[in-house]
Amino acid sequence: MGSVGAKEVPVLLSPEGLRIDGRRLDELRPLRIQAGPLHQADGSAFVEWGANKVMAAVYGPREVHPRHLQQNNKAIIQCKYNMAAFSVDERKRPGLDRRSQEISKVIAEAFESVVFAEEFPRTSIDVYIEVLQANAGTRCAGVVAASVALADAGIPMVDLVPSVAVGKIAGQIALDLKKEEDNFGEADLPMALVPQSGRLVLMQMEGHMTPEELSRALDLGVVGCKSIYEKMKQALRDRYTVDAVAPGAA
Amino acid sequence: MTAEVTAEIRTAHILDLAGEGKRLDGRGPDEYRHIEVEPGFVTTADGSALVRIGDTAVLAGVKLELGKPFPDTPNAGVLTTNAELIPLSSPVFEPGPPQPGAIEVSRVVDRAIRAAEAIDLTRLCVTPGEKTWVCYVDLHVLDHSGNLIDAAMLAGVSALAHATVPAKRFGVAEADYPLDLQHVPVECTFVRLGDALVVDPTFSEEQAAQGRVTIATDETGRVVAMQKGLVGAFSPDDVREMVRRALVHGDRMRIAARGGTT
Repeated sequence: MGSVGAKEVPVLLSPEGLRIDGRRLDELRPLRIQAGPLHQADGSAFVEWGANKVMAAVYGPREVHPRHLQQNNKAIIQCKYNMAAFSVDERKRPGLDRRSQEISKVIAEAFESVVFAEEFPRTSIDVYIEVLQANAGTRCAGVVAASVALADAGIPMVDLVPSVAVGKIAGQIALDLKKEEDNFGEADLPMALVPQSGRLVLMQMEGHMTPEELSRALDLGVVGCKSIYEKMKQALRDRYTVDAVAPGAA
Repeated sequence: MTAEVTAEIRTAHILDLAGEGKRLDGRGPDEYRHIEVEPGFVTTADGSALVRIGDTAVLAGVKLELGKPFPDTPNAGVLTTNAELIPLSSPVFEPGPPQPGAIEVSRVVDRAIRAAEAIDLTRLCVTPGEKTWVCYVDLHVLDHSGNLIDAAMLAGVSALAHATVPAKRFGVAEADYPLDLQHVPVECTFVRLGDALVVDPTFSEEQAAQGRVTIATDETGRVVAMQKGLVGAFSPDDVREMVRRALVHGDRMRIAARGGTT
């Protein structure tokens, strides 16, 4: 994992079992979710997760562009995951690269697995994910943001879709890798869960794990997703909680 | 329209059969189609392999050229994997820039080669920071009858296993030498059909599938890459079962990768 010819490898796990940012192996980075920050979109969400900042917007169900993609029996879900040029240390050339296209595809498929698309035939539900600041786990942050944005847009779904990456650092299975851990760790396994069914709608993996490690990684990811799920629900509750103190204060 | 209707009828039939543990072509749920690997199919390439899994055919060609290493990895060679889903291979492919499907195939194969450290990239470096071998793995799908990822992976790894570094032709050594693989990753793909998880899907099984999972393993029994695709969902227990099955199939495919049939 990016280890070829790499510079100095940092100590990823202290003798006390703490990670570079002081977290335990099963601990998430601080996660803050805001539902509905955008005004033009039908639904939106902003996620700050560790040093990641990701905005998601949902438009639709609306007319399909390009028209030939239209399906007579259901809505299609189109997703664009994009990284801002300034979101990484070395400026990223703007526009769609292959990585973004692959991530867009698996995220669209994940949401198509939970949205009741047959309720909106001949329409498109467009999901835009914009990574503004990246620090590993941006596709998971994107899924969390887009999922809250879909709910904010009132799109009927089986469930919200929490997402997190599990990985292997210094030989140990760890939850929610940050950049250094992703770069110098031994494996990365992003996943997205449907809490109602306990099934995964997004799963990718890169690195190396034994089947036993992989099995533990899956279990740890499910636990992580469940705690993220609570924060997603809370963000949606907060969005529709009327502030009793300051009417017209805005 | 007729095509759509027949596809729908076929899908229903495939799902019915899967419920009884059967498949349209008579295979069991954990049975691959016949696998055939023909290394050295293209002599203009530095390494090549034609792989057939049932009616699916993928040709991989490896070319090595001299180039500059990336600034952040001055001591390592460069590996580039590209897949072309050319219109020749299926009525569903159109000419034009790579579509997400082709990108997914090439990235999933690339990821397995990299994560397994199939090639020792440091051995490809000629002069640190200045000159290195750039290894291109080009995957051409010739006949798309389902399960492109496994066929493309097997073709790619087999082409690499049989590749020669053209050091003499480029004037950097007295003689050409074999590229050599240090690990042999292969992919094993499953689709969900109702409650069944069937291996090596055909094109019509992929049309009927409720989700797809690919698991890459290497000869040490490690999992080196995974990819869930298509619309559908899998429980962690489903994943554990597929990993177990992928390891068994992987060993057979690794024998095929060296050339031969299974």
